[in-house]
Amino acid sequence: MKRTPLYDTHVALGARMVEFAGWSMPVHYPTGIHQEHIAVRSDVGLFDVSHMGEIRVLGDGATAFLQFATLNDPGRLKLGRGQYTMLPNDRGGLIDDLYVYREKEQEYLVVANAANVEGVLGHLRTLAEGYDCHVVDESATWALMALQGPGSALLLGHVVDDDLTELRKNATLVTSVSGCPVRLSRTGYTGEDGFELFCHPTDAPIVWDVLTDAGAVPCGLGARDTLRLEAGFPLYGHEFDETTNPLCSPFAWVVKDKPFYGREAMWDRSCPRRLVGLRLLERGIPRQGYRVFRGDAAVGQVTSGTLSPLTRESIGFAWVDAEAAEEGTELRVEIRGQKVPATVVKPPFFGQ
Amino acid sequence: MQIPDNLRYTASHEWVSAPVDGVVTVGITDYAQDQLGDVVYVELPDVGTDVSAGDPVAVVESVKTASDIYAPVTGSVEAVNAGLDDAPEHINESPFDTGWLFKIRVGDAGQLGELLDAGGYQRAVEKEG
Repeated sequence: MKRTPLYDTHVALGARMVEFAGWSMPVHYPTGIHQEHIAVRSDVGLFDVSHMGEIRVLGDGATAFLQFATLNDPGRLKLGRGQYTMLPNDRGGLIDDLYVYREKEQEYLVVANAANVEGVLGHLRTLAEGYDCHVVDESATWALMALQGPGSALLLGHVVDDDLTELRKNATLVTSVSGCPVRLSRTGYTGEDGFELFCHPTDAPIVWDVLTDAGAVPCGLGARDTLRLEAGFPLYGHEFDETTNPLCSPFAWVVKDKPFYGREAMWDRSCPRRLVGLRLLERGIPRQGYRVFRGDAAVGQVTSGTLSPLTRESIGFAWVDAEAAEEGTELRVEIRGQKVPATVVKPPFFGQ
Repeated sequence: MQIPDNLRYTASHEWVSAPVDGVVTVGITDYAQDQLGDVVYVELPDVGTDVSAGDPVAVVESVKTASDIYAPVTGSVEAVNAGLDDAPEHINESPFDTGWLFKIRVGDAGQLGELLDAGGYQRAVEKEG
């Protein structure tokens, strides 16, 4: 199993380590997922996400290439800015969802999910053959941490020299923490203000300690999942996979009307099923794979679910038949043989 | 990890109190709650339900997973811990006390002798770990 540069730090903190996408990762620390979740919603949490993959795309044809390979519009990015995007296959589905940062006019840093790095790399390299650009795997070059929560700008402002109030959402800044060079972006996946810090792997434990000493609460993958779900963000392998058309989801905004790889298979298709948010009206927790019913007819399946630590409501995502996807539709989720009433809601699942 | 000497245990991580007037109290062990992580939801059997040793009779759900709880002995459900509806975290905070799950009126007292003692359970956990 692969270890991030912060493995020893996690173990020393008493984290429960689990295997995730071939990596040994902290699922939670001794105080538990609930406390970590609340720390991010109310103050500041710190996540190790060094397992994610970094891929550099550079060369005179880099913009044209990513314009064709990804669904959002990288050409629209100002230098230093990043955007959420997706990597389509040629069957109307997705290979991964990504974050793409424009570092120079023709140079981008692509962040991919840990489980998909090899697939994303292989696909990008094949597709790049017709373009004047290179695809370089920098996954081993970078440690990545996410500092998330309403107090994160204040905390980080104390440990870097730069004025962070000027750093806008999705913008990047090169700075240093305790002498360690850090590439900072105002991004994250929790629904809160926050920053992602890219640094050299050997510097990661120093940066981590500086941030936790300043009050950031160590958070594991468990809280990362409940936070992204509450915020209404999809997770590849749950909401999306090789067969799911993003145009049939609340994330259709990502897909721009332009020529892109696999467009014919994705575009102009009717949506036999749609991705929706669910809120249970009675007690129970929806989980991936649970069946969804309308009346007695099976209409779909849950892709993710949890008890919202913030609202105490049971929430989730499900792919359901298009005619059962209207907001307010009364559905039922089968939980251990019992059909529990639920209603279709629009994410996010908490007021922002 | 606590394994109180005055309780009996199953290999599936339930604890069972000594019988009081033929009724035992059942919960999950400190080891089990630690493995599960933050418990957020508990589904308990109806009072009066007849259960056989080994039947799945309750479900404890943590943030990440749902785990079946088995009847350690045959009998009927005498009471359930309704306090867990609003405060399932008692299972994490106090698994042997306020985190108890249900009580069973024991049908066959001989079954109690088949349960593990603290030492036996300790060895079962070590084998797992």
